[in-house]
Amino acid sequence: MSDLDRRKFLKLAGLIGITAAMPFSFARAADKPLVVGFVYVGARDDFGYNQAHAQAARIIRSMPNVKVIEEENVPETSAVQQAMEAMIRQDGAELIFATSFGYFDPHVLRVAQRYPDVRFAHCGGLWDESKHPKNVGSFFGYIDEGQYLNGVVAGHMSKTKRIGFIAAKPVAQVLRNINAFTLGARSVDPEITTTVIFTGDWSLPVREAEAANGLIDQGCDVLTCHVDGPKVIVETAERRGVMSCGYHASQAALAPNGYLTGAEWNWETPYRAHVEAAQKGETMNNFLRGGLAEGFVKASDYGPNVSAEAREQADAVKASMIAGEFTLFKGPLKDNKGNVVLAEGEALGQTDVVLEQMNYLVEGVRGDI
Amino acid sequence: MGDLDLVTFLLALLAGAVRVGTPFLFVSLGECLTEKSGRINLGLEGILVAGAMTGYAVAYLSGSAWTGVLAAGGAGLLLGLLHGIVCSLPRVNDIAFGIALMLLGTGLAFFLGKAFIQPQAPMLPSISLGAWSDDGRVRSALNINMLFFIGVALAIFLHWGLRSTRWGLVLRLVGDHSESAQALGYRPLRVRVMATAVGGFLAGVGGSYLSLYYPGSWNEGLSSGQGLMAVALVIFARWQPLNCLWASMVFGAAGAIGPALQSVGISSGYYLYSAAPYILTMAVMLATCRPNRTLTGAPGELSLNR
Repeated sequence: MSDLDRRKFLKLAGLIGITAAMPFSFARAADKPLVVGFVYVGARDDFGYNQAHAQAARIIRSMPNVKVIEEENVPETSAVQQAMEAMIRQDGAELIFATSFGYFDPHVLRVAQRYPDVRFAHCGGLWDESKHPKNVGSFFGYIDEGQYLNGVVAGHMSKTKRIGFIAAKPVAQVLRNINAFTLGARSVDPEITTTVIFTGDWSLPVREAEAANGLIDQGCDVLTCHVDGPKVIVETAERRGVMSCGYHASQAALAPNGYLTGAEWNWETPYRAHVEAAQKGETMNNFLRGGLAEGFVKASDYGPNVSAEAREQADAVKASMIAGEFTLFKGPLKDNKGNVVLAEGEALGQTDVVLEQMNYLVEGVRGDI
Repeated sequence: MGDLDLVTFLLALLAGAVRVGTPFLFVSLGECLTEKSGRINLGLEGILVAGAMTGYAVAYLSGSAWTGVLAAGGAGLLLGLLHGIVCSLPRVNDIAFGIALMLLGTGLAFFLGKAFIQPQAPMLPSISLGAWSDDGRVRSALNINMLFFIGVALAIFLHWGLRSTRWGLVLRLVGDHSESAQALGYRPLRVRVMATAVGGFLAGVGGSYLSLYYPGSWNEGLSSGQGLMAVALVIFARWQPLNCLWASMVFGAAGAIGPALQSVGISSGYYLYSAAPYILTMAVMLATCRPNRTLTGAPGELSLNR
């Protein structure tokens, strides 16, 4: 062994290394797991938006031949481009779920152009065939159906006929939820009004608490919201003895007395569809939508204090939504400035993209965009 | 309707000033003390967040909110002590280290606080001073947390202490002219380390107010820059503890004005109202900071002035 000099040693070691790596690399090529990346805008356990996504991601993790990587607290800035590039380059991600609304334009679009072989599934964006890349798809649920049901229950339970809605930003999805909720409440009693407070961003706990207190002082006895983490609002409502409807995930544990019901996401359905399509090598579904019937959204169980007639009506509406017989936005419909937005006889189906460009608040909402 | 709305608005503003202003009060008192000794601790934002997390975690684990407050103060004390000691080393810039401490504090809190986002910790009790009124709005506005009263008492105590006690005078002397203090036989570094540590303690307590009372939960978006704004607030208050109290109330009210206006139906231009605390901070800076003159009341040893 005396003639084993450094050069020979290196050759030998390299050879052993390559042989050792070979069966492994062949195995990977034959049965390579699909690497799926998830990017969240906040913490994964925020009792809200991000928790709903992370719960579904946990289910995806248990699917065969899938490897899940996650990154949380990624702001809606160029930081998300870096996060996605790192997932692609370092971890070999082939499918990325960008879960926050503000990631879409320009961040997801820009990275998708750079990596045409990677699939990008974005939550909530409005994919446009004429100008957006084919490896980008948007998925979303018609959660306004859940909000309408919230409104029906709240309409039955409210005694002061005033309901408070704490919203983050006046973007189309938020406006659609406020409007659906208000329509639901006013289907019970047309005298009900919804007061809206916009806080200005998705997660501002102090301002959300301040808004909740302000609304309760104004006589609102049911609160609901569209912010990323409804925890603070539901807790504040419970502490002050008023009722609340939840959003994103179930907040029932936070308000055992006042929690009425809630509109929850069920992201497992669209996630599974995208992952399976990627595994089979099918073309990307660029525009994936669904509501209660398709299992994209669900309603929380009713709280203990919800009256029998509220349950009855909400159940009836839910059944007709699932059967596909219910039209949420139909004429005659006025906005809160008195303009007619849908004339008598006009109706918009849930799949109509016009609804995803909503820019008005319906009659009965107190607030400005 | 108009009269009723005005009353609601003013009540919301008043209640908001107290509710939103209390963490400002604690952090600014802490910073006031630190700056009086001649140091600036920009890391208070990090200490605030670390205190909020520690307070929530300890309150949840021990079942007692007040233990949580003390633990939050303890965490703040340790981080303050770190700032005090490191900045006593030669050629260490207190502003640069403060920024490092801010990142360290928030990073540690996010990392260690992961497990405490979901559980619900016991909350600090509040005192209802509004039992005499049968108006629900008044009662809720006068539901004031104990920490606020402690903060007010502390502001008065510090105001008196800095003028009329031996330690107060030593602290001010060290902050104004450390060579004189040395000549008189005091040890400026030791005084500064102590002042920074106590300042950290107060900022930690301010953090526990956020997580244990208002808004009353721990999550990573809890603080919206209260710790940083408190630094501006101390300048606004001219390094006077009693002025810190008023300034905190003004900043608290500025934070509450957006939701308060919208709840009474004035909802156009809410983005502008939401920016009110930050605009106020900028206005204070513009009005008070000029390169060509020293601020009245500023401690002479402050690295801002040298």
